[in-house]
This record gives sequence, structure tokens and C-alpha cells, in this order.
Amino acid sequence: MLKQKRNKLHKFLKNKADWLRKETLKIHKVSAETRLASSLSAVEIFTVLYYGDILRYDAKNTDWPGRDRFIISKGHGAVSLYPALADLGFFDSDELMKVCKAGSFLGSIPDPVVPGFETINGSLGHGLGVACGMCVALKLKKRKEKVFVLIGDGEMNEGSVWEAIMFAGQHKLDNLVLIIDRNKICMLDYCRKIIDLEPLREKFLVFKWNEKSVDGHNVAQLHAALSSIKNYRGKKPVALIADTIKGKGVSILENDSLSHVKSLKAEEVDALIN
Amino acid sequence: MTTETKTMRDVFIEEINSRMRKNAGIFFLCADFGSPKLDQLRKEFGSRFINVGIAEQNLINIATGLAIEGFTVYAYAIAPFLTMRAYEQIRINLAMYAQLKEINVNLVGVGAGLSYDVSGPTHHCFEDLSIMRTLPNLVVFSPSDWVLTRRFVDYSIKIKKPKYIRLDGKPLPAIYRNPENLRIENGFSRLRKGKKICLVSTGYMTHKAIKIAEKLAGDGIDAGIIDVFLLTSFDERSLLNAMKGYSHVITLEEGFINKGGLDSFISSILGKGDFGIKLHRVGFKDKYVFDLGSREYLHRLNNIDEDSVARLIKKIPQ
Repeated sequence: MLKQKRNKLHKFLKNKADWLRKETLKIHKVSAETRLASSLSAVEIFTVLYYGDILRYDAKNTDWPGRDRFIISKGHGAVSLYPALADLGFFDSDELMKVCKAGSFLGSIPDPVVPGFETINGSLGHGLGVACGMCVALKLKKRKEKVFVLIGDGEMNEGSVWEAIMFAGQHKLDNLVLIIDRNKICMLDYCRKIIDLEPLREKFLVFKWNEKSVDGHNVAQLHAALSSIKNYRGKKPVALIADTIKGKGVSILENDSLSHVKSLKAEEVDALIN
Repeated sequence: MTTETKTMRDVFIEEINSRMRKNAGIFFLCADFGSPKLDQLRKEFGSRFINVGIAEQNLINIATGLAIEGFTVYAYAIAPFLTMRAYEQIRINLAMYAQLKEINVNLVGVGAGLSYDVSGPTHHCFEDLSIMRTLPNLVVFSPSDWVLTRRFVDYSIKIKKPKYIRLDGKPLPAIYRNPENLRIENGFSRLRKGKKICLVSTGYMTHKAIKIAEKLAGDGIDAGIIDVFLLTSFDERSLLNAMKGYSHVITLEEGFINKGGLDSFISSILGKGDFGIKLHRVGFKDKYVFDLGSREYLHRLNNIDEDSVARLIKKIPQ
């Protein structure tokens, strides 16, 4: 890609991410039950996947066999995808102001009742194993689509995640892309104080995976990594460790070990979005 | 009744094997659990068979992913581990998911009740009927013989829902002689008509029920037998009608009683009106079995053997 074109794309993605962050805050104002900090760490990841020409999708036909599958296993952290899906035509934007309200299909944790979501989310540690099954099926049918999974680093405490990691390495699932939103904070504390995952990169390597690490808020780095992963076939699954900040963009949440359970008041949201 | 004994799992797997030859949409998974017939299947279908390893949670998740992509999946493991180690995977990825989208995953659990008698309480399976029954959108199938088990294969392919298939681990004789007359969707079968007393059993205990009825016949007591093989919603009215006219129903199961299993299922049906039927529950009381010995010995220790049940029935005023 020409440098000029690339810079233009990065600027576009950066603007989209800023917009998505604001829209996520607006949803939080409507529904304080949404987990804001967890949603904010994944904003650039969602932006690059959907606006950076990484995922193939059909907003009007979400069962289209030619789509890339995207499973968001970190249940509460998916709210920041809602504005993007509405913007891209998966559902009406008016729905965004009804999140968690009676009659709405948009909850604080999305399920396949929301167009664009593949699996039931909410209990952690399920997405990667289900994705592995999809990968086996797609390979058997000789289909080229990939399966992307987003998990949180705290989610990696679940044993079922490691069952799936071992399986994917064993079966050389090179159509599987695991993105780890490495925001380093669980619900009650920093991950390292509960179960220290480090050295995480090496863990993937010894489990027969390829691994890439990026700054998860740098759209240029994310786009470069995901573009190369998208075209990759190398007899190994790929883990993309995206180093992120929980609550990114909201200074009172950033690096607060209890940010997962913190909500902002309406006036605090207003100050951030105006 | 033929005297030829067969294990349900071998009959079932052999039949699935033959279907896999014609149907490329069938995938078979196991959690490092085998059978002689499985050796044949995995040799023949290397690309549509995976042993996921000793990892029941992943077994269910892999099955889910395959089924979402359109495969009819069989996930095979020892019954207590399949249902209890991976309960939340079954709950979320099968039972919940099936309410939103079609998914055909068949959980094939071997080792109902005391099938693994001498392996101790980890391998006994007394809770599965109640915990599987409590999940919406899931079919629970508990066959009493290999004829019925083989009959279920068509149903398992046709009905695109998650299912739990609870198989006994021991070779058992056939109970059903005319499988063509068997309709799975009926959920039960009346094996013997009686007066006043009706034995309602599932799985292995149906073999016991037959022996108990024979024993009682010698004492002039004419007991009916109903074999229940679906434990989730079906035509409950016809099951109720089959029990009407009896004054005593005795449920027999190799599982905990008063916990949501067969007895609770029957109790909920009988509770729909005042039919003048008294319910007696035969099964394991509220404790695990650490004692060692054969299945028959363990039945005697827990008062669910033929003689104990016959004694219980003889005490009922005729």
C-alpha cells in the first residue's frame, strides 16, 4: 500500500475509533449497567476489524456462508461494537438508545438475538472452543473464511480456554485468529495479582501457536498485524496479543484496578463527549 | 425376548458408522473414550472423527462449533463426565443456543446408573437424568435395550435439537422384538398390561421390572410395565392415560430419587389431576455408593433389587 494511502486509512480508522468511543459512552449514559471499562479497551480492535477491511461480512445476511466468523467471548466487553454494527447496517441506529431497556434486543451482553453475533456470550471461556469446532468444519468443507475470537486476558484463567488452545495447536488450525484484549485487569484486581499470565507470548509459542504482539490502541499497528494474519496460512493458529488499557479514554477509569465495575454519572459522560 | 446380549454403544456406533458412509454431514467426536466399534469408525472416517482428548468441556464446545457450521455431531464420552464436567457448556452452547438457532448435537453418554459398578462413585451416574431434564430445548433419551437404541439413530439425525443419549455400559438382552412398531416420539412403551400395580421404569431398570413382574405373577399379582425412554416433554397425556386405571405406580430408576429424575417426571404428570394413583419411588436415596461389588450386590445393599421391590409391592393392600 502506498504510504499516502496508508496514512489516509490510519487517519480514517483513528477518527472512527474516536467516534466509537464516544458512541459507547453515550450508550453508557443510557444504560449505566453496561461495563464501560471493558468495552473501551477493545474499541480500536473492533474499529480495525470492521472498518479496516479485515472481516468479510454481509450486514443484511448475517448467516452468509462467505462471512468471516467473529466470536466475542469477553461478554460484557462487546457493547462498544453496537454503534459500529448499527453504522454498518446490521440494525437500526435508533436501537442504540434503547440498550438494556424493555423490549430492546441489545443487552449489556450480546447474544445471537443481536444481528452480527455468532454465539451465546456472558460466561467466560466458551468462545475459543466453539471457534475451534467452526475451524475444523470450515477446513473440512475447504472454505477460506477465518474464525476470529476476542477474549480478555482475565478470561484466560478459565481452564476451558487452555483446552481449546491445546486443541487448536494440535490440529494446526491456521484459520483461527485469537485476539487477546490484554487490558491486564480482572473484576477485582490486576490480573498479575490474581493469576499472573506472563510470560504470555511464550505460552502460545510452546502450545504450537504463532504469536504477534501489538499496541492495541494503535490502529496502524493493529491494521498491519491483522492484514498479514488475514492472508496467513501457516499450519498454526495465530494469537494476536493486543496490549490495551482498561477504560481507555476515560482518565478516571484508566489503570483503576476496580474499573470493571465502575459506572460513570451522566454529567461525567457529558464532559467527555462534548 | 431374544437372549442375545449387546452393548447399546456398539449397536449405536455401528449404525452411525453406516450412516456416515452415506451422509457426509455427520461428525463424530470423543473425549478419549472408546469401544470396539469405535475403532472401526475412526479408522474409516479419519477426517470426520476427532478424539479431543480428556477434555469434556472442549468436547462440547468443538461439537457446538461443528454443529453451527451445519454438521450433525455425535459427542461420545463416559456419561457422568460428559454431563457433569461439561454442564455449563451444555447449558449455554447447546440448550440456550438451540432456542435461537437450529443445532444438532447428540451427547452420547455411556455408563448409566451403576454400569461401572466397581469403579466407585465418580463413575456411577445417578444425577444425569435430573440435571439434563432441567435444561430447556434438550431431548433426554434413556433406552432400555439395544433395539430401541438403534431405532433412535434415525430420530437423532432427523430431529435437529441437542440431545442427551444415556446408554448402559453393560451388554443386555433385547426387550423389543418388533422395532418397526416402535415410535420414539411416543416417549414410552407399554410392555405389559396389569391390574392395580404398574411398574414405570427407565433404562436398565426395565430389565428388572420385567423380572419383578414375573416374580409377582407367581404370587398372583398382575403388575403392568411401562418403559419410559424419553424424559423430556412429549405426549404426556398418553403416558398419563397409560397409567390411569392403576392404583399404584412404582417408578424404578438407577438414579437418585426425589431429585428430578424419572420419579419426578412421573410425579409431575400424575400431579396434573386427582387420579387416585399412589406413587412409590424406587432408586438411590440421598447418598453416594462407596461400597464395592457387582451391580446386583449394590442393588441389594440399596434395596432396589428384585426381591426388595417385590416385597414392597406385596405390602400394598390388594
